Amino acid sequence: MNLPGTATKAAKIDRLAELSVSSSDVRGRSLWLEAFSRLRRSPMAIVGAVIVSAFVIVAVAAPLLAPHDPTAQLWRGDVFPNRSIFVGPRAENPLGLDHAGRDLLSRMLVGARQSLMVGVVATLIGLSVGALIGGVSGAAAGMGRRLGRAVDSVLMRFVDMLLSIPALLIAISVAALLGPSLTTLMIAVGAAQVPIFARLLRGSMLAQSRSDFVTASIALGVRRPKVVVSHVLPNSLGPVLVQGTLTLATAIIEAAALSYLGLGSPDISRPEWGGMLADAQRFLGSAPHMALFPAVAIIITALGFTLLGEAMREALDPKLKK
Amino acid sequence: MSLLEVRDLKVHFPIRKGILLRRIVGYVQAVDGVSLSVDRGQTYGLVGESGCGKSTVGRAILRLNDITAGEVRLDGTDLAGLSTGAMRRQRHRLQMIFQDPMGSLDPRQNIESILGEGLAAHGMGGSRRERRKTLIDALDAVGLSANALARYPHEFSGGQRQRIGIARALVLQPDVIICDEPVSALDVSVQAQVLNLLEEIQEQTGVAYVVIAHDLAVVRHISDTVGVMYLGHIMEEAAADDLYAEPLHPYTKALMSAIPVPDPEVEAQRERILLTGDLPSPANPPAGCRFSSRCPWAQSTRCHDEIPALIEVRPGHRVACHWVEEIESGEIRPHEVEAEMVPASEIGVEIPTVEPPAVP
Repeated sequence: MNLPGTATKAAKIDRLAELSVSSSDVRGRSLWLEAFSRLRRSPMAIVGAVIVSAFVIVAVAAPLLAPHDPTAQLWRGDVFPNRSIFVGPRAENPLGLDHAGRDLLSRMLVGARQSLMVGVVATLIGLSVGALIGGVSGAAAGMGRRLGRAVDSVLMRFVDMLLSIPALLIAISVAALLGPSLTTLMIAVGAAQVPIFARLLRGSMLAQSRSDFVTASIALGVRRPKVVVSHVLPNSLGPVLVQGTLTLATAIIEAAALSYLGLGSPDISRPEWGGMLADAQRFLGSAPHMALFPAVAIIITALGFTLLGEAMREALDPKLKK
Repeated sequence: MSLLEVRDLKVHFPIRKGILLRRIVGYVQAVDGVSLSVDRGQTYGLVGESGCGKSTVGRAILRLNDITAGEVRLDGTDLAGLSTGAMRRQRHRLQMIFQDPMGSLDPRQNIESILGEGLAAHGMGGSRRERRKTLIDALDAVGLSANALARYPHEFSGGQRQRIGIARALVLQPDVIICDEPVSALDVSVQAQVLNLLEEIQEQTGVAYVVIAHDLAVVRHISDTVGVMYLGHIMEEAAADDLYAEPLHPYTKALMSAIPVPDPEVEAQRERILLTGDLPSPANPPAGCRFSSRCPWAQSTRCHDEIPALIEVRPGHRVACHWVEEIESGEIRPHEVEAEMVPASEIGVEIPTVEPPAVP
């Protein structure tokens, strides 16, 4: 090509030699990498990550860590007429026993597993369905054609409708409709998150569709669908990832709330923090420890995910870029 | 027949109101009958204040805005009449350089994929290796090394990013490059470098430029022909030196008199034409001459009811004013234009701005 500066043959050969090495000796740092290195330096992220990883380890290794069978009754000559049936913390059972004589620590550890599973699966449901709706809507609106705007309008009115119903109410309706089970719980909690993800991704994509680099791509002659996939979408994912992390916290709390309301899994072999709270409510006066431990566990776990999410928000914030 | 010919270009943006039906309640006449032509190796400069429609002209040439009426002929092909697909295949012949060097480069892609995107879209450039060589040549042309390929936009300075933007436009070897405020976001020291680079590239490749800018010095430096826009119309068009030496249209005179002179004595004594009032709304432009509401020479006849045509008054110097000759001969003296009160009810409609985004 006859561009200025296209120098002599020797220089061309030199440059051809550069071709083979240029990719290996200079590595650019992508924005994701930059954000990750900022994240690693943030104390908030570190605290969040420690809590979250502790929670994940406990949840995954629960059967190994639990000292007792979470469903076994461990009263051994502890129960007498005219005496409280509750056994507080003791060497054998560090957190004490519950109203049915089961080891609270074991139930807590196994319960972590349920919470993690509900949290992760529900968030994945919310994120994937929400991102699908939001992505289609955002792509359709960003294309700017008449049909696109119509598709966007219809999808967004549907999402607005979902958004106008309180999340917990959606979750309760789904749970009531499908009958209580662990699967229902995950779908219910996930469904409540759908409109938030849909709105978020669409808004973010619309904002990116108006940016100069998208105009530049169109001016280059890149097809619209490719512009959406390679420019609009990657630049819109940051807020969705942050929201996903924050939603893990919400999902765990909401799952606990639903179990507390009796819409959780009826399977007694799988204790849940929310269900444990519900059981504890009846004995709040005589056995407060039964409520205390699951409640604290829920709070700390939610806090861990929230800290991590907030730290991610800060790390990905374009305003903090140099 | 020039390389790029724009004839009677009109871009009207509908103003919609209502939630469901979105009735059209009016039009913003951002560009209203602009004609210009550029030859190979030539530069056409478009100047005007914010909101005069100069950026919209540039975007309409590239069909980034819908064209309401008129023709955009590139080598005789009317781009305005092409289907979206046919237009897409023409896009490698027309490129654009943006104002904001950060915003116009995708922050999540490295320079190699930013530069190579156009080649890929048009199936040009051959094998991966050949493509890469083309990219390195383009980088070389703008004074950047091959090392840049693996890097990301945020790792470069503003001037370097603008060079990358220029390299991206060059890769496809276009016939015309629209430069929308190519240097206004850059430091003054870097501005000159980038302008010289643009000139150098033009000398070697014969590309035609349409440079859109509000900086009169920038336009003078780079343009062969300059068009002065006001409220969607071209008011005056002439060779750059003629225009700056002898502005004929009252608006151009006012614009030129706003350029400060770097000599304090001359600066203190020179005559300046201060315009009163604001740019009228392009949704409700003044009848007749668009400048009549602010023109110090406006007459009671013709100015307010007849749109002046762009007429060649000197060789190569075209002016859209009914009274050019009379103003030049001193027959008509300037008078004060009084600011008019407009009741709030007449302002009403919100006007979408057509300016490029602000640079943080």
